[in-house]
Amino acid sequence: MMLLLQLAFEFAKIGLFAIGGGPATIPFLYDMSERLAWFSIDDLGNMIAISQCTPGPLGINMATYVGYSVHGIVGGIFATVALVVPSLIIIISISKVLDKFKNNVYILKIFALLRPCVVGFIVSAVLTIFLSSVCDHASFLESGKLNDLFLWKEMLLFIGMTFFIRKYKHHQIVYIAIAMIIGIVFQF
Amino acid sequence: MNDYYVLFKSFFKIGIFTFGGGLTMLPMLESEIIHKQHWVTKEQLLDYYAMGQCTPGIIAINVATFIGYKQKKTRGAIASTLGMITPSILIILSIAIALESYMHLDIVQSAFAGIRVAVCALLFQSVLRLGKQGIKDTKGLIACLMCFILISFFHVSLIAIVISIILFAIILVKKERYHL
Repeated sequence: MMLLLQLAFEFAKIGLFAIGGGPATIPFLYDMSERLAWFSIDDLGNMIAISQCTPGPLGINMATYVGYSVHGIVGGIFATVALVVPSLIIIISISKVLDKFKNNVYILKIFALLRPCVVGFIVSAVLTIFLSSVCDHASFLESGKLNDLFLWKEMLLFIGMTFFIRKYKHHQIVYIAIAMIIGIVFQF
Repeated sequence: MNDYYVLFKSFFKIGIFTFGGGLTMLPMLESEIIHKQHWVTKEQLLDYYAMGQCTPGIIAINVATFIGYKQKKTRGAIASTLGMITPSILIILSIAIALESYMHLDIVQSAFAGIRVAVCALLFQSVLRLGKQGIKDTKGLIACLMCFILISFFHVSLIAIVISIILFAIILVKKERYHL
């Protein structure tokens, strides 16, 4: 029960402070994995992947998945509901004074200042996920050889993927499916 | 048919048929909410989007809540929000439960190791796109870098940074007003 309440509290905090939609929740989830050790960075990468290739908003899918991994089905439902409750309350209060809110100088200023910062938050989380996917700190620290720092197969796939994503604008599921097949065939 | 049920059903449909959330669900919202149900006009929908982006939380949920509230006040807002999150809960829980018993297999581990690399590459592109939209000048770039450094190297809490920025913005506006 304590764990469930803590889970709900953590997700309510994300719902209240993550401004900028789904991707803005990723740094908070990363922070959660670091602080509470409910799941690893690799688990987080898997959960983002599954959330991206299933229907529904990314942020909601991730909340359900993280909640499930922490406390089963009930955890999944609790985390998702907790994530949306703060916005529900905020939006209902704003709706009553919509026209005033729309052109409020404070809100406009806050949002203008927050936007570039949110990019910084996300860069930091994505970099960590990147490092855990294509680098191997542990064996680098052990051997001290630069050659051991990178997982070369993964690095190569990353460069190839980046190239193809920029060149062809296919749906992300296409790239995820290709990477899955490469991962199995070349035994990542 | 009950109005709340119609709201729930419409957003359930949108939740099930869109991948990714945010702006990717705009076309689906347009066909369901504007053309089929005539709940809002295109201008209103874009207004809700703009506001959904600068209010906390998931943008798709915020838009659903705005539309639900406009139709049927607080209960309508709750019905639309529930409609929007139910498909995700059902789908993700089924996948999570199904995957659990296969996760330890080597082949599944390899598949996910590959998938994680693709996700990195996709996230990398989203970051570039977000950067282009969100960073308009040198000040923005400095703010972005400072936040990155504070989080990655000094492990400052995200919430502390968000609260400081909100306070800073309020002080700035107050100062501007005072001088005027």
